[in-house]
Amino acid sequence: MSSITIIGSGLAGYTLAREFRKLDKQMPLRIITADQGDFYSKPMLSNALSKQQTPQQLVNTPAAQMAEKENIEIINQCMVESIDRDQQVLHTSQGEFSYSELVLCNGANQIKLNIDGDATDEVMRVNSLQDYEAFYQQLQGKKHIVIMGAGLIGCEFANDLGNAGYQVSLVDLAPQPLGRLLPPQAAADLQAALSAQGIHWYLDNSVSAINHSDDGYAIELCDNTRLQADLVLSAVGLRADTGLAEAAGLACQRGIVVNEFMQTSDAHIYALGDCAEINGQLLPYVMPIMIGARALAKTLHGEYTAVNYPAMPVMVKTPACPVVVCPPPAQQHGEWFEEIVEGGVKSLFKQDDKLLGFALTGSATAHKQQLSRSLGQAAD
Amino acid sequence: MKKYECIVCGFIYDEAEGWPDDGIAPGTKWEDIPEDWACPDCGVAKSDFEMVEI
Repeated sequence: MSSITIIGSGLAGYTLAREFRKLDKQMPLRIITADQGDFYSKPMLSNALSKQQTPQQLVNTPAAQMAEKENIEIINQCMVESIDRDQQVLHTSQGEFSYSELVLCNGANQIKLNIDGDATDEVMRVNSLQDYEAFYQQLQGKKHIVIMGAGLIGCEFANDLGNAGYQVSLVDLAPQPLGRLLPPQAAADLQAALSAQGIHWYLDNSVSAINHSDDGYAIELCDNTRLQADLVLSAVGLRADTGLAEAAGLACQRGIVVNEFMQTSDAHIYALGDCAEINGQLLPYVMPIMIGARALAKTLHGEYTAVNYPAMPVMVKTPACPVVVCPPPAQQHGEWFEEIVEGGVKSLFKQDDKLLGFALTGSATAHKQQLSRSLGQAAD
Repeated sequence: MKKYECIVCGFIYDEAEGWPDDGIAPGTKWEDIPEDWACPDCGVAKSDFEMVEI
């Protein structure tokens, strides 16, 4: 092993680089990234308006400073076109790079829905700081924002935009916000809090057409409701970016398949972050990245370390009604038991007597440490 | 007493409150928290927090 090459400069790429540097200050380490390579935190994008932060202020450390501080070679504005696994060479828009150990941290992309109309190309995204900058520019002087998708990102942005004085409408196929993560009463609590803030809901619904109009966009929903919007934001969900990996012949399902050492089907190639699939799971959140990065850094340093995930509750940063959810493992049978408590909702997912998951809203989120520790045990 | 914000997820450590769940008593100064402590919300290392002015 003579060098580490990382593709991607998001939280996964930079956290891995920094964790590796804690163990080894010398080994050549390079990050190849399609964007500018500035270090920022994507979770902070959805609270930026409430904190009155501009996109520029969201840059934590510019690329040049990261390069110097951590002793990393950063090759930015560089698209990797293909991986030659036999020769261990990357073909990129800036020429060829040999690699010995390669880590794919290239993230996920916004799912693009099939929508009619002449304005679908103007739907905005917020899946990167670059996307967010464009969105932020467009926001100036606008009033009514329609957000497609009432999942975690949609709800966080709705709350942030609402706090900043915009009118917001949320459209989702599900009958409730966070349809894939929350049981009904917990979701209802969040929905009520956001409604109280003035947010409009179009649930059990979807956008069928977006057309230009005299003053913005004319949106048609599948139940024939018509909305007038100044801006449309898509938050409908992400799909792991597996194109490069698939073309190179690596095993991919919903994401790039990795084992407990974050290793792909090629012994010299690893994957971490939103692009990686472990045990059939995609975990597009910060904590799995931190834990995965620490284990992978050790493995790359020569000490094989399996990733061991503890309970990793997900925080939904909606100040109007904070939510903490620890979803039960997929395909586990069981039932949600929901209780309205002081200041919120406390929902427990139980398999017979065992606690397998939970969801908390409002001030009930104070129970999260205690419930995290109780997972897998008999619940009260 | 000062407050520290996790630069990745926005969690705030308030010195006046401490973080009793991890055995950090109220009033514990940032410097006195063990270096291997991590953000309770997102797992980021202590060295990646930044100080926020009150």
